[in-house]
Amino acid sequence: MKKTYKIEVDCANCANKMEDAARKVPGVRSATVNFMALKMIVEFEDGADIPAVMKEVAARCKKVESDCEIYL
Amino acid sequence: MNKKQKKMLARILAAALLMGALLLIPEGAVDRIPLFLLWLIPYGIIGWDILLKAGKGILNRQVFDENFLMAVATLGALAIGLLKTGDYVEAVAVMLFYQIGELFQSYAVGKSRRNISALMDIRPDFARVETPEGTEEKDPEEVPAGSIIQVRPGEKVPIDGIVEEGTSALNTAALTGESVPRDVKEGDEVISGCVNMSGLLRIRTTREFGESTVSRILELVENASSLKSRSENFISRFAKYYTPAVVLGAAALAVLPPLVRTLFMGLAPEWEDWIYRALTFLVISCPCALVISIPLTFFAGIGGAGKAGILVKGSVWLEELSRTGTVVFDKTGTLTVGEFEVAGVHHSPLAEEDLLEYAALAEYSSSHPIAASIRRACTRPLDPKRISHVEEISGNGVVVRIDGKEVAAGSARLMSRLGIPCSECHTAGTVVHMAIDGSYAGHILIADRIKPGAKEAVAALKASGVRETVMLTGDRDAVARQVAEQLDLDQVYGDLLPEDKVSLLEELMKSRHPKEVLAFVGDGINDAPVLTRADLGIAMGAMGSDAAIEAADVVLMDDNPMKIAKAIRISRKCMAIVRENIAFALGVKAVCLVLGAVGIANMWLAVFADVGVMVLAVLNAIRALFAGRD
Repeated sequence: MKKTYKIEVDCANCANKMEDAARKVPGVRSATVNFMALKMIVEFEDGADIPAVMKEVAARCKKVESDCEIYL
Repeated sequence: MNKKQKKMLARILAAALLMGALLLIPEGAVDRIPLFLLWLIPYGIIGWDILLKAGKGILNRQVFDENFLMAVATLGALAIGLLKTGDYVEAVAVMLFYQIGELFQSYAVGKSRRNISALMDIRPDFARVETPEGTEEKDPEEVPAGSIIQVRPGEKVPIDGIVEEGTSALNTAALTGESVPRDVKEGDEVISGCVNMSGLLRIRTTREFGESTVSRILELVENASSLKSRSENFISRFAKYYTPAVVLGAAALAVLPPLVRTLFMGLAPEWEDWIYRALTFLVISCPCALVISIPLTFFAGIGGAGKAGILVKGSVWLEELSRTGTVVFDKTGTLTVGEFEVAGVHHSPLAEEDLLEYAALAEYSSSHPIAASIRRACTRPLDPKRISHVEEISGNGVVVRIDGKEVAAGSARLMSRLGIPCSECHTAGTVVHMAIDGSYAGHILIADRIKPGAKEAVAALKASGVRETVMLTGDRDAVARQVAEQLDLDQVYGDLLPEDKVSLLEELMKSRHPKEVLAFVGDGINDAPVLTRADLGIAMGAMGSDAAIEAADVVLMDDNPMKIAKAIRISRKCMAIVRENIAFALGVKAVCLVLGAVGIANMWLAVFADVGVMVLAVLNAIRALFAGRD
């Protein structure tokens, strides 16, 4: 299951930080942040509770880069 | 500027004005503590978010980042001011300039993003579908294949299809980076994403929107893998160790020399002097110039390449592209057009036109591409009533009666079967021998055409530093050699089966220079496994095959071989910028760090070493956006 989310982030390095943070969330198989398109593409593990996983992704991203925003 | 940036600009202006006003207060007019509190106002306005982020970082165990360095340095400078010097300008100025640098960076990123995304703005808003009552504007996603749509001048073609009616010129610049318009007429295939420039077109859609070129390209752009380049990985690993290291270094600089002075040398410790030096050291060593500019360079480079019709699927591939030392081509569709055409008529006692007419009639019902090329070459109208008694001799040719004459057309084997001596052709290509009423009537040479610009493309590759060019093909060895000679290729391998190509490529990869990269260029027909296997797979003609787009690391939007050299040039320029930025930032910082440690540099120089270097590095990174311009 793959989903794309719109994000808001200021610098290319912050986007990298968000990507690393998102990848470490349980239930996320892979995560890619496209800085150019300002999009985050998340692939979920089978049977993952997507809203809950994304909430965690957003929280962890906020931790590493408080200036970022994920539009769920 | 967006809302966030405007807010930041307002904060910067407010803090700068307040700072100016406070500097006008004559010395001694305000007491120590009230003066300190007054200075805290501009400091708070400009720096509260940095302090907050630094605090959050500590709570989240992400201690050592830029915010932490800035917070410690400025708070320390304020403390020295309060306890000793009564000078608070530097603390506020460091914060102020840091924020100006950040604002500048975010503005530059936004600007280049708009620059790139405007060109990638190929998504059509609607499709004008014909209905019995007239036309209706629909969401392209809701239009089934086989519908008739209208595209007016100035509009984008929303879905792939075939022109039913009308002629026009199409602008493909958004897709291919080429500005030469393409003329289309009835029966021509049109791809979505082109802009109709002159006449009204009625198009029968051949695909749904989801499978149309536009959707596939947008998907490719948005899902480009995020494989990081070695340079980026280096910088993030570097920052991980570097920042704690400079914090430790600064701590040592603040504590050790005063201790040594009092304990061993019997001198005054001069604490505030050494602490000031340590704080300067902290500001100088902030790694933002590197951390920000390196990913930005790749971002801009990939964007610049996209504008030129070259899609790079991740920064690591841009880096690999710059190290290309060997380019291996597939022949058909890459260096040659992939369409057969008659290249000559030899040894014929008949007029060329007459022989072609006989051949075209003989091959009248065959669907083979060679037969089709002969029919295309014949300019006279063909009347099938003249043909009788068609006898196909499998794999060898055909014997037919035309106007009562027995005409044989086929390979040399067919001729020997019929007992007719034939002359060999010395030029490379596919040969169709002809015999009329049992006597030899010459042969027709059919060859694939070399793409216009292929020779220049090979020369451009050499000029951009590629050492070796190789061609692989399933075609006959003689044909391969002739093409290779015309194009000045270094090595050529013909008569290959698709699986031979993979093993041969592996051989070539073994013998290449270990620091160089072997790139394979193909059109994705039969060569997707080779594209995957090569160090770097370059697919030509994104309009073509899905398999190629999937397998390749770099996708050229059109099938112009010149784009390969251009892609390499763009990547080399990007890597040069990356190296410049690393060397420049580390160099300036190293010099300033030494000056700071021995006490020559003050906070003002430190601000330049941090913010100044960052601004210059960002400006340099943005240049990568224009790397595709010639």
